[in-house]
Amino acid sequence: MEVLKIATAGSVDDGKSTLIGRMLYDTKSLTTDKLEAISKTSKQKGYDYLDFSLATDGLVAEREQGITIDVAHIYFSTAKKSYIIADTPGHVEYTRNMVTGASTSQAAIILIDARKGVIEQTHRHFFINNLLRIKDVVVAINKMDLVAYSEETYNAIKSDFEALMAKRDYQEQRITFIPVSALKGDNVVHRSDNMPWYQGNALLEHFEVLDRKDIYNVGTPRFPVQYVIRPKTEEHHDFRGFAGKVYGGELSVGDKVVALPSRTRSTIKEIYAYDKKYKTAARRSSVTITLEDEINLSRGDMLVKEDDLPTVDKQFTATVSWMDAQQLRPGSKYVVQHGVNKALAKVDAVHHKIRPDYSGIDEDVDGLTMNDIAQVSFKLNKPIFYDAFKEHRTNGSFILIDTQSNNTVGAGFIV
Amino acid sequence: MEQNTESNAIMEMETAPTLLETTGPISALENESIYIFREVAAQFERPVLLFSGGKDSITLVRLAQKAFWPAKIPFPLMHIDTGHNFPETIAFRDKLVANLGLELIVRNVQDSIDAGKVKEESGKYSSRNALQTTTLLDAIEEFKFDACIGGARRDEEKARAKERIFSVRDDFGQWDERNQRPELFDMLNGQIELGQNVRVFPISNWTELDVWSYIQAEEIAIPSIYFAHKRKVFLRDGLIWSHSEHVYQEEDEEVLERMVRFRTVGDMSCTAAVFSEATDIDGVVDEIRNSTISERGARIDDKRSEAAMEKRKQQGYF
Repeated sequence: MEVLKIATAGSVDDGKSTLIGRMLYDTKSLTTDKLEAISKTSKQKGYDYLDFSLATDGLVAEREQGITIDVAHIYFSTAKKSYIIADTPGHVEYTRNMVTGASTSQAAIILIDARKGVIEQTHRHFFINNLLRIKDVVVAINKMDLVAYSEETYNAIKSDFEALMAKRDYQEQRITFIPVSALKGDNVVHRSDNMPWYQGNALLEHFEVLDRKDIYNVGTPRFPVQYVIRPKTEEHHDFRGFAGKVYGGELSVGDKVVALPSRTRSTIKEIYAYDKKYKTAARRSSVTITLEDEINLSRGDMLVKEDDLPTVDKQFTATVSWMDAQQLRPGSKYVVQHGVNKALAKVDAVHHKIRPDYSGIDEDVDGLTMNDIAQVSFKLNKPIFYDAFKEHRTNGSFILIDTQSNNTVGAGFIV
Repeated sequence: MEQNTESNAIMEMETAPTLLETTGPISALENESIYIFREVAAQFERPVLLFSGGKDSITLVRLAQKAFWPAKIPFPLMHIDTGHNFPETIAFRDKLVANLGLELIVRNVQDSIDAGKVKEESGKYSSRNALQTTTLLDAIEEFKFDACIGGARRDEEKARAKERIFSVRDDFGQWDERNQRPELFDMLNGQIELGQNVRVFPISNWTELDVWSYIQAEEIAIPSIYFAHKRKVFLRDGLIWSHSEHVYQEEDEEVLERMVRFRTVGDMSCTAAVFSEATDIDGVVDEIRNSTISERGARIDDKRSEAAMEKRKQQGYF
C-alpha cells in the first residue's frame, strides 16, 4: 500500500475542517459513534446538513481551550492508498508549524474560500509549500456552493493565483486547481453534477492517481551511516555492516563508493535488509551495507558514488525558518543536525529576512524572532557533506538545536 | 488492491529492492520504523523496549530484530506487570524472550502496592491499568533508562495524533504537549539533559490495520487470545468483559460462554473482547478491514477509552 502524506494549512473559517471531515465521511472512515454525534450536533445547531468540521472536533476543542496547536495527523485509507493528513493552523504565528508539516509531506492542499479569493494567507501557504519544494500542490477553491458554482468566480481566482505563481522560486511545482464544496461534497471524493464546466478530477481522485514520479525528485544517492553493526558472534565474526537509509537515488552491489570525510574508496559488497541480500537498495529504504575493503566508518560519515560528490565544507548559507522564542543573532552558536551528522555552528551573518507572502525582503536585520524566514550564513567546527536543498531535499536540509535547552529551534534549507 | 506489506513496499521508493536470494516485502512504514530504531540505538546510552505482550509491542520486537541483524537487539525489554495479565500473554512473552535470546526485565505493580507507593482501586470498575505509571517511573530511575520505546500509534486517539516520534519527558515523566520539539523531515533530535528521558514511538504512523497486515505478511506469532476462542464472559455497558478472579463482577451480571477474540490486549480488567469467528490471522485481518470500511466505531480501543472515562466518573461518586 502506498502512503501519501498531504500537508494542509488553513484557519477555522475557510472550511478546512469541513474538507477533511468530508474526505473522512465519503471514504467511510468515520466511526458510527462519531457520525451519530455529528448528526445530533448538526440538528441541535439547526443545520439541514451534516457539519463535518465536527469530525476533527478534538482540534476545535483545543482552540477553545487556547492550547497551542501544532501538527495533527489524520489517517484514512482507500483501496489504493493510505493517506496521512498533516494538518496545521494557517495564521502567521504558525509559520513554523506549517514548515514542519510540509517537511514530511509529499503533496499539499491550499484552500481558498471562493467568496474571498486569494488573500494574504494564501500567499503564505503557497510560499511555504514552494520553499519546501512540495512537488504536487492542489489549490482547492472551496465554498463553490456559496457562489452559485460560478465558473467566472473560479476563473478569476485561478488567474489571481497564477499571477502569484509567476513569483515562485520552484517553477517546476505541479499545481492543479479544483473547484469544491466541502460542505456539499462537490468534487471532494465524488465528482460534482453542479459544475459541468469542470472536467478534471475530484480532489481525492487527483491524489489517487498520483504516481511516485509525480511526488519525488530523483537525485543522486547519498548514504549517511546511521549505525555500525558489528555482531562479534561466531557466525558473523567479521561482519561489519553500515546501517542507514538510502536517500536521493539507488545504490547497488558493485557500485564504486567514496567514504566521507576520509575520501577512502571502496566497492559495495553486499546490501542487506534484515537477513536477506539484495542487489539494489531503493531510495528511502533502510538497509545495511558491507564494503569490499575494511575501512573504518562511524555515525555521521557518508557513502557516495565516486563520480558524484556532495560539497564538503565548513560553511554554508541557508534559508532558515526560525522556531524559537529566543532570538537567533549573529555570533549565536547552535548544534547543526544535518541528517544523522552533527556539528557546532556559529551564525556568521543574517543577510535578510524574507517575507513569506511574496511582499519582499527586509535587508536591515539584527536577529530572527519566531516564525521569521531569513537568509543566514553559518560557520562550522568541522566539514559536513551537503547538497543544495533544491538539488537534494534530504541532504540539503538541517535542523538547529539550542545548546542550552536542547530544543529544536530552527530548520534550514541550504542554498 | 489489498492493504498488505507487499504493496506497502512501494511507498517512497522508485523501485523495490531487487531480490537476490529470496522474497520478502519491505514496506515504507517498516523502513521508517527501522530508521527510528537505529536512531535510538545511536543516540541513547540506555534504551529499553516497553513490552506488554500485545500485538504492537510484538511488532516492535520484529522491527528491532530487523534493524540490528545480524547483531542482537542492543537493549533489553521491560514488562510492567500488573499481575492481572492474561496467562496466555505471559506464557507467550516468556517463550518469545527465550527464542530470541533477549534480556527481559519485569517490574511488578504488586510490589509498588506492597511498598505503599500506590493504592489498589476498588469497586466495579477497578483496574491496575493506571497504577502502572508509578512502577514504570521507578523502573526508569532504577535502571537509568534514557529512552523508552513504546508501541503507541497516532491513529489511536486525538491526543496521540499530536505526539512526536521522540517525545521528551521530564524527571516526573510528564509530557509537555505545549512545548514539543518540532520534527522536520526525518531528523530526530534526541539531545536531553541528565534526568530527562525520551519516549520513542517507532510505529507512530502505522494504523491498526497496518499492524495486523504486517503480522499477517511476516507470519509473526501472537498470543492465542487475539484469535476467536470460547471464553467465559459477561456483558456490561455494551462491552464484553472477561469472567476472571481479577475482574470485578456484579451478582446480576450473568456469565456467558461465547466465541470472542481480543482486539487489543492490556490487562484483564481493562481489556474488553469482541464477538468473532476469526480463528486465524487471515480471518482477523478480514474482520478488521471490513469493520474499517463499514464502521470504525466497532474499534474496541475507542470503546475502552470511553469506558475508562466512565470508570473515572464512577469512582468520583464512590
